[in-house]
Amino acid sequence: MSEQLQKRVPPSPTPDPSTRGFWAAAREGKLLIGRNTKTGKTHYPPRPICPFDDEGTVEYVPASGAGTIYTYSVMRAKIPYVIAYVELAEGPRIMTNIVDCDIEALQVGQAVRLTFVPSEGDGQPIPMFTPA
Amino acid sequence: MSIRGKACIVGAYEHPTRKAEDKSTAQLHAEVALGALRDAGLTRADVDGYFCAGDAPGMGPLSMVDYIGLDRLRHVDSTDVGGSSYLLHVAHAAEAIALGKCNIALITLAGRPRSEGVATGTAPRSGSPAQPDVQFEYPYGAAVANMYAMCAKRHMHEFGTTSEQLAWIKVAASHHAQHNEHAMLRKVVTVDEVVNSPLVADPLHRLDCCVISDGGGALVVARPEIARRLKRPVVTVRGAGEAVKHQMGGQLDLTYTGARFSGARAFEEAGVRPADIKYASIYDSFTITVLLQLEDLGFCEKGQGGRFVQDGNLISGTGKLPFNTDGGGLCNNHPANRGGITKVIEAVRQLRGEAHPAVQVKNCDLALAHGTGGSLGTRHGSATLVLERE
Repeated sequence: MSEQLQKRVPPSPTPDPSTRGFWAAAREGKLLIGRNTKTGKTHYPPRPICPFDDEGTVEYVPASGAGTIYTYSVMRAKIPYVIAYVELAEGPRIMTNIVDCDIEALQVGQAVRLTFVPSEGDGQPIPMFTPA
Repeated sequence: MSIRGKACIVGAYEHPTRKAEDKSTAQLHAEVALGALRDAGLTRADVDGYFCAGDAPGMGPLSMVDYIGLDRLRHVDSTDVGGSSYLLHVAHAAEAIALGKCNIALITLAGRPRSEGVATGTAPRSGSPAQPDVQFEYPYGAAVANMYAMCAKRHMHEFGTTSEQLAWIKVAASHHAQHNEHAMLRKVVTVDEVVNSPLVADPLHRLDCCVISDGGGALVVARPEIARRLKRPVVTVRGAGEAVKHQMGGQLDLTYTGARFSGARAFEEAGVRPADIKYASIYDSFTITVLLQLEDLGFCEKGQGGRFVQDGNLISGTGKLPFNTDGGGLCNNHPANRGGITKVIEAVRQLRGEAHPAVQVKNCDLALAHGTGGSLGTRHGSATLVLERE
């Protein structure tokens, strides 16, 4: 058992015109995913053009924040960190970090919940997950 | 229309350097170009098609064409799909030759990540802000090693694959590398040594990773009539396939790779089955890369890769499927962080009967070379070639 003692500060993202809304929502504690208004299918990372269907338009909707670990890896860097794909309750599997956890005790399939970690610079919150 | 039998690999050359402190990347490209042409018995004046990828300095092919001094080109292609580019280039060269767009195509790769001190596998890369995935990956510390590690973790979870089974892949590569005087790692290692080497990104250890090396390689692809006039054994492209696999808008599945598609396409065009293959060059950036691709190419059932690779099954002379008999990226060479061209080069050596005698596969008349480029954990190119000796 070893706790993650030092916290990694993530580098900040560079939003583009199509993702400014996503990062602004993160400042309000929301993780937005894309949803096709016609098919209801959700996708991630969210983008203005649905990756699945030519029909319908994309609306950005907040995820519930519940998920499970699809896979993960503990990066044995100077400050170790956990990179993962988390399967959201809505379906999409998204790349993220697992934070505030015992890095030696994580399990594939484990339930996690959304949290936010401030990044370098202006502190733009980054959506991450922690054991539920 | 098929490319089956429409083109031959007539020249192959692997640069002997593994650390090129006193050479430029462009110089390495030119050296491997001349090496492969010499191997074929051709000169620069014979070349009318040129292929390179992102490791070539300059805009697409332009600077390299200028620097190497190619002045009779009528066909160029700089498709970049990472380490799989050079296998795809062989296929695209065969297509161009089949259509009469060129007769003799040169493909080069070179790079010096070792001299430049690149932390290839462990340093997250910021990429271009215009690349739409960067802002959703770079903040999380996505690096090459942890992307492949997540594939391994999921495979272990779904199929019970073990670190010891993955280690067997490195063990087999090291058995081959001991005979290669140019290989970076020539010491034969054991399963224990692999699993007891330090963790880089769980569950991958240091010895699950490929080497970081300088160097390069080149290939010459030509029309069969030309190949038969040359003095080298004739190696024909019998089938090829390419594919791109990605995150699929969040519906990603890390238990398989694009090899599922590129392999099926190559086997279909070649009209052969995995069981017919005498030797396989399998892209080996990490041990898990090999295991996933062996399953996807059909050498064993999905999920059975661990059992397939264990107990020396990939060792030439011992196992059922001799692989990467030069030591591969895991032990020999991973020039420019892209192992695609060396995969083709060793397959050509095997088909010509020019591999090291200790690892040469007997009666090797049908070989497969497979490459992956980019990252199995996010998005990657996949290219498969079936090659045969005439």
